[in-house]
Amino acid sequence: MSAALAQPLRWPAEGNTRVPFRVYSDPDIHALEQERVFRGPLWHYLCLDIDVPNPGDYCLGEIGETPIVVTRDAEGALHALVNRCAHKGALVCLKERGNAEALTCVYHSWTYELDGRLRSVAFRHGLRGKGGMPEDFDPVKHRLQPIRLATFCGLVFGSFSPATPDIETFLGPQVAGVLRRNLGRKLVRLGRHSQIIHNNWKLYAENVRDSYHATLLHTFYTTFKVNRLDMDGGMILSDDGRHSLSYSKRDSLQEAAEYADVHSAQYKSGLHGPELLDAFTEFDDGITHMIQTVFPTLTVQLTLNSLAVRFFTPRGMDRTELFWNYLGYADDPPERTALRARQANLTGAAGLVSLEDGCINEFVQRGSRGSPDATEFLEMGGREVASSDGSRATETAIRGFWQSWRGLMGF
Amino acid sequence: MIAPELAARAEALLLDAAHAIDDDALESWPDFFTRDASYRIVPRDSHAAGEPIGILSCQGQGMMRDRILALRTANIYEPHTLCHVLSRPVLTATPDGGVMSRCNFALFRTQQAGSTELFAAGRYLDRMVEEAGVMRLAAREVVLESRRVDILIVLPI
Ligand code: FES
Ligand SMILES: [Fe+2]
Repeated sequence: MSAALAQPLRWPAEGNTRVPFRVYSDPDIHALEQERVFRGPLWHYLCLDIDVPNPGDYCLGEIGETPIVVTRDAEGALHALVNRCAHKGALVCLKERGNAEALTCVYHSWTYELDGRLRSVAFRHGLRGKGGMPEDFDPVKHRLQPIRLATFCGLVFGSFSPATPDIETFLGPQVAGVLRRNLGRKLVRLGRHSQIIHNNWKLYAENVRDSYHATLLHTFYTTFKVNRLDMDGGMILSDDGRHSLSYSKRDSLQEAAEYADVHSAQYKSGLHGPELLDAFTEFDDGITHMIQTVFPTLTVQLTLNSLAVRFFTPRGMDRTELFWNYLGYADDPPERTALRARQANLTGAAGLVSLEDGCINEFVQRGSRGSPDATEFLEMGGREVASSDGSRATETAIRGFWQSWRGLMGF
Repeated sequence: MIAPELAARAEALLLDAAHAIDDDALESWPDFFTRDASYRIVPRDSHAAGEPIGILSCQGQGMMRDRILALRTANIYEPHTLCHVLSRPVLTATPDGGVMSRCNFALFRTQQAGSTELFAAGRYLDRMVEEAGVMRLAAREVVLESRRVDILIVLPI
C-alpha cells in the first residue's frame, strides 16, 4: 500500500504508541492523504445547515484541498458539488455565502442548476451561424461533479467515496447521542472566526484528543477550576476508536494532591471580573465540559455553556486553518446569549484556555523538524485503544486517531 | 465639528492607549477605559452581521485586568512585540462632552526569531467620555479586516 511513497514508511513495531515525525513533514504522505483520507470512506464536515437556510442559498466548503459548494435547491434539497467548472476548471462560486437562482461561472458563463446540472453554454451555437460547440455536444455529459451529502443535527457532511457508510453508522451511537444532546435543537450562529496554525493538520487532530495536556498547558482551566483531571469525567471512544469524547463535571471537583506540584495550579489570583465564568445549568447529566471529536477534522465543544463547532483543514503540509463557529439555540433568551458570548472568551484564537493550542502544535512541528524517523511516545493510560471511564490522564484517543489513520493510509 | 482642544485630547488618548501596548506597559492599558467600559475584538464580517461573538470581549476594567494578569502569569505563547500605526481619526463631539471616533490602524508583530509582519489591520470604533477631567474609552470595538488570526491573539490590540 505504501508503494505510492518514494520512500516506503515502515510503522514502528510498537504500533499506535509510536508515531514517526515524518508523518508531519513528508510531502508524499500529504499527497497520499488527499486520496486515502480526504477522498476516503469518511464523512467530512462541510458547513452548518443554517448557513444555507433558503432555496438558492449556497456556501463554500472544502474537503482536503478540493473546493466544495453546498447548495439548497428550489425544493429545499441540499447538494454538495465540487466547485470546479466543467469547462476549464475555474471556481464557479466565489463568494463564501450567497443566494442565486442558478450558478454561473464568470469565465465563459456556463450556467448550472443548483443541483449541478448544466443549464446553458454561452454561444453554444456560435454567432451568426459561425463557431459554437460541435453538433454532438451533449450538455447532459457535462455538469458540476456531485459528491455524497449527509446531514446530522444541523451539520452538513460530504463524501467522495461510495464506500462511506450512512452517517449514523459512521458516527456510531455514542457520538450520535452527544451530537443530539448538544446540537439537536434549532441553532443560531453567534460568531465565527478562524486561525492559521503553523503545523500539520494531524497535530491539531491529536491536540483535541489529548485530555492529558488540557489542564497542564492551559493554566487558566486549572486555576479557575473550569476543567481539571480531578473532576469526575472520562474519555469515551467510539467502537472503532476514531471518534472521542472527553467530558467532565465541574461540580464533582475533589482536589487531588497531584496538582500541588503542577505549574498550572500555581496561579492563585482570583478574577477581577469573575462574571466571566458565570454559567447556567443546561443539562441534567452534570456534564459541564465536552470535547467531542469526529474523525478526521471536526470537533464539537461545550465549555460551560459555550457551544462551538470547530473544523480544521490543511493549508499545505505545515499549515492548518482552524475555524471556530460559535452557536446558540434559537430559543435562547437574551441573558443566555449574553452568557454564551462572555464564555466565548475561554476558547478561540484568543481563548483564555485555548490560545496556547495556537502555538503548541507549531512547537511540535518545529521541534520534530529534522527528525523524521524519531517518534512520539504515547503510552499515557496504557497502550490500548479503549475508552477510559474515570480518568482522562490518558492518550487513548490519540492512539485511536492513529489506528484509524494508519488503517486508511495502509501503514 | 469638534473643538480643537477636545480633538487634541481624543487623539492623545488614541495614541497613548496604542503606545502602552507597544511599550509593554500593559498593566496601565485598562486605565485608558472607564470602569464599566466594553472592549471587543471582532472580525469585520461579524461586525457587519451584528453577531454577538467576536474574537475577544471584556465587560469592564476587571476583565481587562484579568486578561493582562493571565498573559503575564498563565498563558503560554512565543514572546512577541506589537507596533501600532494609526491613521488620523475622524472625530465627532457628543452632547455629553464626549467624542465618537473612528481610527484605522495597521498592527505589526515582531517575533523573537526576528521577522516583522503585518499581524492585523482594521479600525477602532470608540466612544470616549470625560471622567473627572480625564478622557477615557467607554466603548471600544476593534474591527479586524480579516476573520483569520495568525497563530493567536494574546496581547490586546
Ligand atoms: S471555465 Fe467556467 S465557463 Fe469556462
Ligand atoms: Fe488544548
